[in-house]
Amino acid sequence: MAYVPLADQDKEMEMHHPHNWVEEYVFSQDHKVIAIQYGSIAVFTGIVGLTLSVLFRLQLGFPESVDFIDPNFYYQAVTMHGMIMVVYFLTALFLGGFGNYMIPLMCGARDMVFPFMNMLSVWTFLISVIILMASFFVGGGPTGAGWTLYPPQTAMEGTPGHDMGIVLMLISLAVFIIATTMGGLNYAVTVLQYRCRGLTMMRLPLTVWGIFVATVLALFAFPALLVAAIMMLFDTLLGTSFFMPAVIEAGQPLDHNGGSPLLFQHLFWFFGHPEVYIVALPAFGLVSDVLSTHARKNIFGYRMMVWAIVAIGGLSFIVWAHHMYVSGMHPYFGFFFATTTLIIAVPTAMKVYNWVLTLWEGDIRLNAPMYFAIGFIFTFIHGGLTGLFLGNVVIDLPLSDTYFVIAHFHMVMGVSPILVLFAAIYHWYPLMSGRMFNEKIAKLHFWLTFLGAYAIYLPMHYLGFLGVPRRYYVLGETDFIPMSAQDLNAAITIAAIFVAVAQLLFFWNIIWSLKHGKKAEKNPWGSASLEWQTPDLPPKHGNWGEDLPTVYRWAYDYSVPGAHEDFIPQNTPESVEPTVDTEHFDPDHDQSKADI
Amino acid sequence: MSEAAVTENGPARGLEGMVDDWSADKQAYHVPWGKAMMWLFLVSDTFIFTCFLVGYLNVRMTTTAPWPNQSEIFALSFGGDPIPLILIAIMTFVLITSSGTMAMAVNYGYRRDKAKTFWLICATAFFGATFVGMQVFEWSKLIFDEGIRPWGNPFGAAQFGSIFFMVTGFHGLHVTCGVIYLMWVAFRVKRGYYDNKGYEIVEIAGLYWHFVDLVWVFIFAFFYLL
Ligand code: HEM
Ligand SMILES: [Cu+2]
Repeated sequence: MAYVPLADQDKEMEMHHPHNWVEEYVFSQDHKVIAIQYGSIAVFTGIVGLTLSVLFRLQLGFPESVDFIDPNFYYQAVTMHGMIMVVYFLTALFLGGFGNYMIPLMCGARDMVFPFMNMLSVWTFLISVIILMASFFVGGGPTGAGWTLYPPQTAMEGTPGHDMGIVLMLISLAVFIIATTMGGLNYAVTVLQYRCRGLTMMRLPLTVWGIFVATVLALFAFPALLVAAIMMLFDTLLGTSFFMPAVIEAGQPLDHNGGSPLLFQHLFWFFGHPEVYIVALPAFGLVSDVLSTHARKNIFGYRMMVWAIVAIGGLSFIVWAHHMYVSGMHPYFGFFFATTTLIIAVPTAMKVYNWVLTLWEGDIRLNAPMYFAIGFIFTFIHGGLTGLFLGNVVIDLPLSDTYFVIAHFHMVMGVSPILVLFAAIYHWYPLMSGRMFNEKIAKLHFWLTFLGAYAIYLPMHYLGFLGVPRRYYVLGETDFIPMSAQDLNAAITIAAIFVAVAQLLFFWNIIWSLKHGKKAEKNPWGSASLEWQTPDLPPKHGNWGEDLPTVYRWAYDYSVPGAHEDFIPQNTPESVEPTVDTEHFDPDHDQSKADI
Repeated sequence: MSEAAVTENGPARGLEGMVDDWSADKQAYHVPWGKAMMWLFLVSDTFIFTCFLVGYLNVRMTTTAPWPNQSEIFALSFGGDPIPLILIAIMTFVLITSSGTMAMAVNYGYRRDKAKTFWLICATAFFGATFVGMQVFEWSKLIFDEGIRPWGNPFGAAQFGSIFFMVTGFHGLHVTCGVIYLMWVAFRVKRGYYDNKGYEIVEIAGLYWHFVDLVWVFIFAFFYLL
């Protein structure tokens, strides 16, 4: 195909120009507005999830101290907490929020490829959240089957919300999947087909790579959840027996037989494991960019980082049964899944080494975003190591379903991505709002959150070793768990409340700074990537004014020897600063002198 | 579309071409956005149907009751002896034919022959609607004459009805959506809406339609023959 001049780039783009404020801020097709909407809804549900966790922690730390927390409420709270945090908070915030905001800006595009569909996506997401929240108000309340929704428990009389609650949950998930599919198709096609001139895939910032691969994972993993949800809806509403074996409840056989509960587990985890990387990969990407910018050094091993993201994405589809070791499986399968699980640790570890090597001898600026990013490296190494324990069948058997697993996935999927979220929100706050946040409060927020998180989750590893099972309403008395475990539980609860309250600092900082923050100068961190090079701050509708940018280099030209400044924006022409590409990068050879 | 991708003999092919595509700036595939998006959507949809079929195989193994004999259930009699699978054979034939008319519509679309494109798309939609109509007939026969329900049936394993109605229903929904989508495209073709934008949209709709047909072949094999 012949070379197509720049003017043709926008041939397919149908920009929607708002006519009134409703079209500008409510039913907006601007990816930045949609990103903020997605993000706000996600954060709102996240606050609900956080509140629930404080409530059930109260029960665990100080049993029966709160009247309205009975066993049913406890199970409903843990279930909704888990599902909200994983799906409606983290997934939506990373893909719908950051994906929407960053992809067009970092790709030098004017918007997503299909802005109208993008708008539909956020409104569909809102509907799914409303359906989810509605389950709090129906008779029987939300489902209490645990966030994994294992049958036959979901359908048993004894499980709270076994009638309306579970139905609303499943419908809400199905609607959420439709929303993510509409959004995800947009994100992926934008990255593939709508980059600006000179921007090859291998010049994309890692943020885009992380979100792109996570989006592809979402498009291929959510179908399994959708199918599981539809089948379970049939079981609940039509009385079919896809997942229901013959069950005797209170002496009475249920109206079901011949179904396979294990089928549900396979479908769920075929979605569930990629899902953890749907959350992790965008976090990997965002944190790489924050680290590199504030260390004033190019990301170490860019190509390796990209391939690691792709490899992790691919491998994440063949490890799912490590969540099912205790469900029972043929030993050869156990062997297979343990092997793949441990293999996935290799690219993951490579990424960690590269982050650390990025910091090595960097000109580190210890700003608040950098605090969070470095904090992430700690918590992620920690959570990743416990994953290695759990990946081995024999070690997992005693640890499964104990607090050790809770500790593992909260370090790796709770604390780590949330630290990245804070890093990213602080880092891009000037871009999104045009103001600076309060640095001191942000750092205080970091220390409280970071140390608080350790105070919560470190003891949980120990509880897990003791054999304290997860999903128990109270510990009660057993032969093998010492009474002191309860004291530890109380301490964890206090830490949890403390951390939850500390988040007020964050919200205060973000809201207060919107009006009173110092006006941000252009590109305050001296960042090389494209999103900071827009003509306006914050970028206007259409992002780039008259002309789309042209890119001459990768996104990590920091501290290039001989350059005029300590960073070279991606769109600086070669005539101003020579291009040093990754594979030719040779710090000892002074390129600028050679060329000028 | 970087210049590197264009050699003297046109774009490189095979593996080299793929590498060129992916290392190009601006876009990785030389296709319109909508087409790339449709491809991606179809891969995603493939995962849905694969999960359904895997679920089907799985419950067929786990259920303890015997699996009903399909060639008896799906037989239809025209006065004489019942002919096994005859209805389904006709349905399959109709759907495959519609793929043919769709392919011709795409061709005439690119030739900008609006009238022929319009009528061929309409024919495709008509065949699709016929398919759905026959499916409604089949369902009502199964439900009312033979007493097969999602939660049970007189012939054996309850899962037979459950999975059959669920998967063929889901596929039927795809065909129905496809018919509506095709009518919409046909309408716009007639109005000349694509004269400036180009007729790729007919091909994109065609991709979806062929996909739905292809899925049917699998459903046919898994449910009626296996
Ligand atoms: C080094 C890589 C990792 C390994 C080897 C690993 C291994 C495991 C294993 C074997 C389990 C099952 C434990 C059990 O239920 O008995 C598990 C649970 C879990 N992991 Fe990981 N993991 C790794 C990284 C991650 C990452 C990066 C995330 C998320 C970002 C994550 C999120 C989770 C979650 C959410 C669960 C618990 C789900 C539940 O049962 O409710 N893991 N992990
Ligand atoms: Cu996993």
